[in-house]
Amino acid sequence: MQKVLSLNGLTKRFGTVLANDAVDLDLHKGEVLALLGENGAGKTTLMNMLFGHYMPDDGTVDVADRSGHMAPLPLGHPQAALAAGIGMVHQHFTLAENLNALDNIVLGAEPLTRIRRDRRRARAKIEQIMKSSGLIAPLDVRVGQLSVGERQRVEILKALYRDARILVLDEPTAVLTPQEADALFENIGAMTGDGLSVIFISHKLREVLAFSTRIAVLRHGVKVGEIATADADEKVIARMMVGADTPVATRDKMTPGAPVLQLKGVSVRGNSKRDSLSDITLTVHQHEVVGIAGVSGNGQTALAGLISGLGRADNGMIVIDGVEIPRPDPKVMITAGVGRIPEDRHHDGIIGAMSVADNMVIERLDDPEIQSYGLLNRAAIRANADRLIKDYDVRGPGAEAGARLLSGGNIQKLILARVFEQNPRLILANQPTRGLDMGAAADVARRLLEARARGAGIVLISEDLDEVLGLADRILVIHDGQLHEAGTRDRQAIGLMMAGELAGELTKEPT
Amino acid sequence: MMEILQILLSESFWAASLRIATPLIFGVLGALICEKSGVLNLGIEGIFVAGAMAGWIAVWAGAGLWGGLLFAALAGGFFGLIHALLTVPLGLSQHVSGLGITLFATSVSYFIYRTALPTATSPPRIEPFRPLDLPILSDLPFIGPVLFQQTAMTMLALGMVVLVWYVLNRTALGVALQAVGDNPDSVDAQGLSVYGLRIGAVVAGSALMALGGAFLTMSAFDAFFFGMVNGRGWICIALVIFASWRPGKALLGALLFGAFDALQVRLQTEVGAMVPGQVFLMAPYILSIFALVIAARKADYPRALLTPWFKGQR
Amino acid sequence: MIRIEPRAAPSRLMTVGIPVLSAVVALALAAIPLAFAGAPIFPAYAQMFHGVFGSMFSFSEMLTRATPLIFTGLAAALAFRARLWNIGAEGQLYLGAMAAVAIGTGVLDIPAIFLLPLIITFGAAAGAAGMALPALLKTRFGADEVVTTLLLNFIILIFLQMMLEGPLKDPMGLGWPQSAPILDQGMLPTLMDRMRVHSGLILALVIAAIAQFMLIRSVWGFRLRAVGENAAAARHAGIGVKRSLFGVAIISGGLAGLAGVSEVAGLKGYLTADLSPGFGYTGIVVAMLAGLSPAGVVLAALFIASVFVGADSMSRAMGVSSYLADLVVAMSLLCVLVGGFFARYRITRSVRVAS
Repeated sequence: MQKVLSLNGLTKRFGTVLANDAVDLDLHKGEVLALLGENGAGKTTLMNMLFGHYMPDDGTVDVADRSGHMAPLPLGHPQAALAAGIGMVHQHFTLAENLNALDNIVLGAEPLTRIRRDRRRARAKIEQIMKSSGLIAPLDVRVGQLSVGERQRVEILKALYRDARILVLDEPTAVLTPQEADALFENIGAMTGDGLSVIFISHKLREVLAFSTRIAVLRHGVKVGEIATADADEKVIARMMVGADTPVATRDKMTPGAPVLQLKGVSVRGNSKRDSLSDITLTVHQHEVVGIAGVSGNGQTALAGLISGLGRADNGMIVIDGVEIPRPDPKVMITAGVGRIPEDRHHDGIIGAMSVADNMVIERLDDPEIQSYGLLNRAAIRANADRLIKDYDVRGPGAEAGARLLSGGNIQKLILARVFEQNPRLILANQPTRGLDMGAAADVARRLLEARARGAGIVLISEDLDEVLGLADRILVIHDGQLHEAGTRDRQAIGLMMAGELAGELTKEPT
Repeated sequence: MMEILQILLSESFWAASLRIATPLIFGVLGALICEKSGVLNLGIEGIFVAGAMAGWIAVWAGAGLWGGLLFAALAGGFFGLIHALLTVPLGLSQHVSGLGITLFATSVSYFIYRTALPTATSPPRIEPFRPLDLPILSDLPFIGPVLFQQTAMTMLALGMVVLVWYVLNRTALGVALQAVGDNPDSVDAQGLSVYGLRIGAVVAGSALMALGGAFLTMSAFDAFFFGMVNGRGWICIALVIFASWRPGKALLGALLFGAFDALQVRLQTEVGAMVPGQVFLMAPYILSIFALVIAARKADYPRALLTPWFKGQR
Repeated sequence: MIRIEPRAAPSRLMTVGIPVLSAVVALALAAIPLAFAGAPIFPAYAQMFHGVFGSMFSFSEMLTRATPLIFTGLAAALAFRARLWNIGAEGQLYLGAMAAVAIGTGVLDIPAIFLLPLIITFGAAAGAAGMALPALLKTRFGADEVVTTLLLNFIILIFLQMMLEGPLKDPMGLGWPQSAPILDQGMLPTLMDRMRVHSGLILALVIAAIAQFMLIRSVWGFRLRAVGENAAAARHAGIGVKRSLFGVAIISGGLAGLAGVSEVAGLKGYLTADLSPGFGYTGIVVAMLAGLSPAGVVLAALFIASVFVGADSMSRAMGVSSYLADLVVAMSLLCVLVGGFFARYRITRSVRVAS
């Protein structure tokens, strides 16, 4: 097979952290290479060097030109990577939401000095690409109004429009339903038939095994192995990724107790569909983990907002421990015994400029242990922090250092410590393991199950179906602001419900 | 009531409205370009002063009227560049940097003026832009006096509205500018320079603001006075929000504002005996606050406004 | 390729050193306009220094000048800490001054000892009211407080002219637009014989100390800092963000109002429309130089006041425009901004080893 790309000894340091250590990687024409590794293993950093967002500290990149000759790629310039036929689809979409898809695709492809734009020719070319790749997206609608799946197709079209021969996809399926993900890989399969080469970053073993031709595994910034997909199975790869077998959190069977949370006919009319709920009903009992599965943007934000007290219901009732909460706000919910693990831990979970110790008491400023006569009890705050740092193994530069200096996993531990220390009756865990490595994720799962054993009710909102299947006693699917009991643990059936097909319709006989 | 109607129907009222609106048109367009790219430019008030001073002193020194305008635009671009360097690559607070630019540009202008003319009690006058006298057009009934007997600077301002609209909506540069104010990563991922676009936008926008200032000394009046800008820059910042960052609506906002100001001056002569004159002087500022409050709720802010972006950090 | 990297934590030396360095750089940059104006540079600096530290009187003048700046600096520092951009201290100062002369010129028949406390209270309340409106417009309608406070400055200034030509006009003032003088028992006592420095300075220092203590040690200060650093997380943690903002708006406006009280009841005795040469705006520079710390505000105010008093003296002696002082003040703001950047980030060049 003809080689189209080779990374030679790429090395990148961030301060004292070695993000990539002399990584070598080859890609061949028509190949689908899966780049696998835990969060923080250095996959995205490696691809960002390839695309010119980061300057490598050492190493080179060679790319085949149109005629197949390998030539060195000037590093640190996205423009050069684009010109060499490398296209990258970032995990966080890089789209201007105030422009339509056409403008987003053409952006940067035409010289800025040109007075008139040739939109007709651009449109013809895009339509041609849509036809041959099967990636269809509306071109004249503002991107802000497109669905996540459509946005992703626009992202890929952007790369193809620039005549990409090598396509890099960073966690492309993180935001898709299982069915959408399968369709995406089908399209990719068709395009590799036409000579496109693909690298995709993932940590989902299932799709890697199903759709790649070769697998490369990174761990702690080092490439630890490469294997043809045909020769691989889940066990082998998982061991390569983690370096050892990971402990799996075990879930003992428990009898649910009294209801701790009841949502009765609750509706939220948000600004957009993404943050609306229509007439949902939900009951969570003691000793129970209720998993909310669904593709992001289907009302999870509204549901989490409701339980955490950030949002208000337009209709319906919220009952906690048998008591109706008429005017919920964060403080009321905290007082009622709700522990909240927010989705965006940097944005909502911590105040980065304040110390770890301060962040650990921020939800209990009225507590007489923390303050008297409106003055902070510094010694108590410090003692509390020292204890929690030890108990929850929060690693970082110490209690008085700014919380922003902690790593993602340790920020999550800080939040867990803050929440679990108050012995909450109900816990809202919104995407609690997103972005965490396997060790940290297992730790979060263990803590949640401990809280369950202690008698807490838990609402687990997650886009990771495997996580829901692993932790939840009962699964509900959220789609388009509606909540439905899954009634099954079959991932195919749940996947279809996530895409909006009701369980009832699945079993309907064709007439 | 009849008096108001009479005023509204008069040529001189509409001509005055457009004249009062002219510096605001420059200012709002300038602020719009900066904010579209994601940078709030609170240096506007000081840049107005700098434009007024630079244009006037250049003409006084013999550069000619158009040379004066060029000099004013360069001065505005210079202060805009400082603001851009502080807020774009260094990512400093756009609020504080902008206020700093206003203090800096104002004090530089006053200092230069005082140093050039240490003892002048009344400032020397220049020969300002004269009202146009175009064949046929200026003689048209109503439209002639309102539109075509203005000075060349008013024509320039109206031309700028069209130009800014065209560039923003019809050129690749404009599309890139809108993108960088919404999501800088979208521009960076396509190989364009976020810094280049933003710095360019702030410099260009500031040059336009300075022309608004120059109008005061080179068209509305014929000399430079301390305190002559008098909050016009801040009014422009309010008007941009009112205009939802659209050039056409910016023109409309400035015109409405000019019309209101022209009306209050005329009403003052009618009912001046009953109400203290200051009530009318306050009106433009109160109107701006109203416009802001009305527009604030549904304002479609450029998403990346006020958010610094650093290369290689995402 | 040049990279900008955040530093782990700004060191204590940097937090103190950078504002000092910025001030020195801004002063040094004044050499450019001095040269432009054709003044001998070193004698000019010497004259500036002498103008502040040359005599007890000139030093006391500097303290007098610093007094309103401490108040407006605190007004800006506390509001900015909560990311509430109160740019309206200038207007709030005049509201405080108007309240002071409205009460202090003898309209109320009350025992003499109550007059001064009443003037102070009403002055602060008037300033607070001036900031309550923009805060309300922000929390209720989402109207940007930067623009509303800036525009209110102009409205208040015109209102002031209206009052000085109307209800507040001194009947004995020979037609000048100025208020009647505040009664003697309503004046802030002076601190030294034959000097103008008055007890407003003591009040300012006491308030700065209280503000410093409350900001760092109280739950109120904790909430304020939390709201300023990350309003979303503060709200999530159950802190009433709007309440905190409104609270600090009242305090900030009140402090600016006290600046007006201090000037009119401590220094001038009566109110004119040129009471403040921009103390409200200069307070922003003071707050930034102080790194938004109340204790730092005192030092920054002393520095800025020295620049003004020194430049005035130099200007009289050498005929250089006194706008030089405004120029130095503006440059110190820009310098401290840039300095703050280097405190938080380092610029590194990635050097590639040729392979």
